[in-house]
Amino acid sequence: MASQKASAAKAGAYDWPAIIKDLLGTAFVSLLIMVPIVAYKSVITQYSLVLVSRWTEVFVILALLLGVRLFMHLFVWNRAPSPVAADAKPAGPAKASLSERIGPWVFPLLVAVAFALPFLAGFERRPIDLGIYILTYVMLAWGLNIVVGLAGLLDLGYVAFYAVGAYAYALLSTVYFPYWFGDGMVPWAFYITLPIAGLLAALWGVILGFPVLRLRGDYLAIVTLAFGEIIRLVLINWFDFTNGPQGITVPKATFFGLPFKAGDDGFAAFFGIEHNRIHYYVFLYYVILLLALLTYFVTNRLRRLPIGRAWEALREDEIACRSLGINTTNTKLTAFAIGAMFGGFAGCFFATRQGFVSPESFVFIESAIILAIVVLGGLGSQIGIVFAAIAIMGSFELFRELSVFQEYLPEGTDPVHFRMLAVGLAMVLMMRFRPRGFVTRRQPTVFLKERKAVSGDLVKEGHG
Amino acid sequence: MEYFLQQLINGITLGSIYGLIAIGYTMVYGIIGMINFAHGDVFMVGSVAAFLVVLGIGLTGGSGILMILLALVLVAAVAMVVAAAYNWTIERLAYKPLRGSFRLAPLISAIGMSIVLQEFVRVNQEGRPKPVQPIVTGGYEIMRRATEAGEFIVRLTNMQILIIVSTLILMAVFTILIQKTSLGRAQRACEQDQKMAALLGIDVDRTISITFIMGAALAAFAGLMFFLYYGVTDFFVGFLAGIKAFTAAVLGGIGSLPGAMLGGLVIGLIETMWSAYFTVEYKDVAAFTVLIIVLIFMPQGLLGKPEVEKV
Amino acid sequence: MATANKTPVLTVEHVTMRFGGLTAVSDLSFEANRNEITALIGPNGAGKTTVFNCITGFYKPTEGKIALRHADGSEFLLERMDDFRIAQHAKVARTFQNIRLFSGMTVLENLMVAQHNKLMVASGYTVAGVLGSSHYRRAEKDAIELAKAWLEKVRLIDRADDPAGDLPYGDQRRLEIARAMCTEPRLLCLDEPAAGLNPRESEELNKLLRAIRSENDVSILLIEHDMSVVMGISDHIVVLDYGQKISDGTPHHVKSDPAVIRAYLGVDEEEEEKDALAAKAVAEAVGDQA
Repeated sequence: MASQKASAAKAGAYDWPAIIKDLLGTAFVSLLIMVPIVAYKSVITQYSLVLVSRWTEVFVILALLLGVRLFMHLFVWNRAPSPVAADAKPAGPAKASLSERIGPWVFPLLVAVAFALPFLAGFERRPIDLGIYILTYVMLAWGLNIVVGLAGLLDLGYVAFYAVGAYAYALLSTVYFPYWFGDGMVPWAFYITLPIAGLLAALWGVILGFPVLRLRGDYLAIVTLAFGEIIRLVLINWFDFTNGPQGITVPKATFFGLPFKAGDDGFAAFFGIEHNRIHYYVFLYYVILLLALLTYFVTNRLRRLPIGRAWEALREDEIACRSLGINTTNTKLTAFAIGAMFGGFAGCFFATRQGFVSPESFVFIESAIILAIVVLGGLGSQIGIVFAAIAIMGSFELFRELSVFQEYLPEGTDPVHFRMLAVGLAMVLMMRFRPRGFVTRRQPTVFLKERKAVSGDLVKEGHG
Repeated sequence: MEYFLQQLINGITLGSIYGLIAIGYTMVYGIIGMINFAHGDVFMVGSVAAFLVVLGIGLTGGSGILMILLALVLVAAVAMVVAAAYNWTIERLAYKPLRGSFRLAPLISAIGMSIVLQEFVRVNQEGRPKPVQPIVTGGYEIMRRATEAGEFIVRLTNMQILIIVSTLILMAVFTILIQKTSLGRAQRACEQDQKMAALLGIDVDRTISITFIMGAALAAFAGLMFFLYYGVTDFFVGFLAGIKAFTAAVLGGIGSLPGAMLGGLVIGLIETMWSAYFTVEYKDVAAFTVLIIVLIFMPQGLLGKPEVEKV
Repeated sequence: MATANKTPVLTVEHVTMRFGGLTAVSDLSFEANRNEITALIGPNGAGKTTVFNCITGFYKPTEGKIALRHADGSEFLLERMDDFRIAQHAKVARTFQNIRLFSGMTVLENLMVAQHNKLMVASGYTVAGVLGSSHYRRAEKDAIELAKAWLEKVRLIDRADDPAGDLPYGDQRRLEIARAMCTEPRLLCLDEPAAGLNPRESEELNKLLRAIRSENDVSILLIEHDMSVVMGISDHIVVLDYGQKISDGTPHHVKSDPAVIRAYLGVDEEEEEKDALAAKAVAEAVGDQA
């Protein structure tokens, strides 16, 4: 096909037989893909299963596909590649220096906006909720970034540590604290559990990490996925301990012991303001903002410590690391444990925010979404991750908004159903067109004269 | 003893299905060194396509045996062609452009594709599982013994016979294809060294495409069998079956075709025996644990070649 | 040369390494003396890199013993140690035939990673470092000074902030040596350091290696094909062929050893027999003299 394209370009005329052949091929494959699965929808009626045929849709889609392909043949693919475009480097030096000049200002600006958000949003519930939602994923992605982006270990079971954190809070605050210390402890449960949740998750990171870390590449990815699934299956099936699929209702967090409620001993009464439910959400927003910032600053400091440099060196070349006396197993374990710890913090927060935990929340797809954020942001880049989280989680939210288009869609389809489809497509397209994500340049951790960013082409992505 | 024999039959049946899927993993891994994460979902597509055709032609258990067999051949053909078209397209769109890209790219793209396939089927066919009445019915009584709890009967159903026999036939055809034809030679050459194979005039792209098509066809057949055996299918069956089949491929030694089949049988047996003698709730945990243990302690698998670290 | 004050830093005894049916190194014994440059030479596939990998712990030898003695008398049995422990405790550093730099990190960062273990302790195994201890900051400053000193020696100080992957080939070779030296080793193993260098660069390498030996408490073990490097700087040469030692001695001795000439130039079979006899005679003569 490529050679046909090239010959068409040389001749400067359309190679009609080749185009027609290609269109027929496209039509053939598209029909195979669509015929049973799109053309016939199985519907369960009261008495039986019936098929509803949808040939109109099939032909509309087919016509669209062929039209686009014909358009590409006529106006895009037949052009000879211009020499300028071929020679241009993907990231020109001028552009890089611009991004470097504004680079240092991006993060402070983001933080300032984040702190002001509840005020900017006029204390409306929805934007604050969205802020909490996005920040939770920013934090998770920053945590996973330590493992995948810095240490170069592909972890597909990160959500397990999120689950450990969430269940740690749920079980401690509803079962163990009342049992050990009586009910007086419960208002403080969030603050006490937060570090415990982090430590437990880190411990699980070590337990799970220890046997698997000598695996390389895709194998590590699959084993971490298996571990994630095992934890979820145990949460579902260990009924006595976790209450199984029904989940656990957990108490709300308090403002250092002051509950967010209307009564005299509530948060509003203490500060002499009028009670408003929004206080709780603003509080939650700032809690997750601070937790995320903690993740950011600790990670940043770790990068400048020997351990962080060893993580990045490990991503670059494990054998060279060992030849320099670096205990690679311990180095990987710390990456796993610290990444897991932040996942645990986030899980603890998630449990409070939801007021409820169940195994449903910790499916593989969550791990995939967090990984997609890390990759889209640019492996190792913390700023890139913020934008990636806003893009992905924001588009999820957009899909919810799309319900207004409901009437234009075929009956029985809900735009919300399309959002995971969009995530999957986004992952595929991202790998094809921008595999290194938004931010490809790496900032060095130490310098003699000037800090020069390292081009993404040189940075390796680890063996797993 | 009778109980064990029954579990053995069930395990071999299940293992045949896993083995057929595992071949797709092992072939793709052998030839381009990537885990086709979406392979489990190609199996699901085959299964759903088979279900739709069965529903479309109105096949039920009431028809005559010959009629059912002929219809099933038709269903299998359609499912295999459809799944092959899916896998071919996936390879073209999501993997081929990434050859030579950074290491994680194909795996992440494959995860994306897996999500796309699941959601595509869910959007088109709704999420609910769709049960149908059994089509291949009947069977043979192998053993009968009175126990305290009543009579225990060991049964070999026609469905199980169908699965085991057709798996054997497919495997035989497939082995001949790989060992005796020029296509098989081209595949083995590409496994060894793609550049060299290309220099010797092998069309590497085409060989890779055909590998995906073959893997998909076998997975689709497994999908049909899965759907007939359990009488139900939905958009999500590919996830678990995929991971278990991948486990089978690794257990057998990734890259090895007999290994994939053997691994499938072992995984099928482990899962069945675990459900029978321990707890059915934790059967998936058992399968995942096997995966982890195998990868950690014998990453080269039962029939694979050990890998020496290059310094 | 006085042999009395020569003490072996590395003793390789009866080392055999098999990969499945293939014997890459067979019953190899040799010694490398303290503060000397020992070269390991031999035709391609003679098993030189395998010996290196056994010494540095990347392979575990099938049989045999590898002992390393520091000047203070402490002894390490390398065949029993993990690769990273050999680098960390026995103080053996190495470079690689196909350069293994951290190409996405800067030149300076590469040298900082080499000082990992020292800095790990200084950062209180990360805990004190995260809290921002001044002790760690001082240690980091010292580490940067050491790195700077080595960058000056290998003339890469101007490129300290550039990514290692951006350096030209010859610079990468020197950087890899500097990185190995930043671990403050007692034994430095260099795997073909002159490969791909032009004559001027290999002359420079000779000077660098001589300087490293005379200015540091370090012994050097070297695999090399470039005879101008080998003959120019080695104190002692060990020749391997098909995994076996065929000659061992001073550059002068090795250069004239018929077994070495045969291994390098090859001879047809008839002559081989004659040569074997001749070599035997020579060997006996040498034996008598010793």
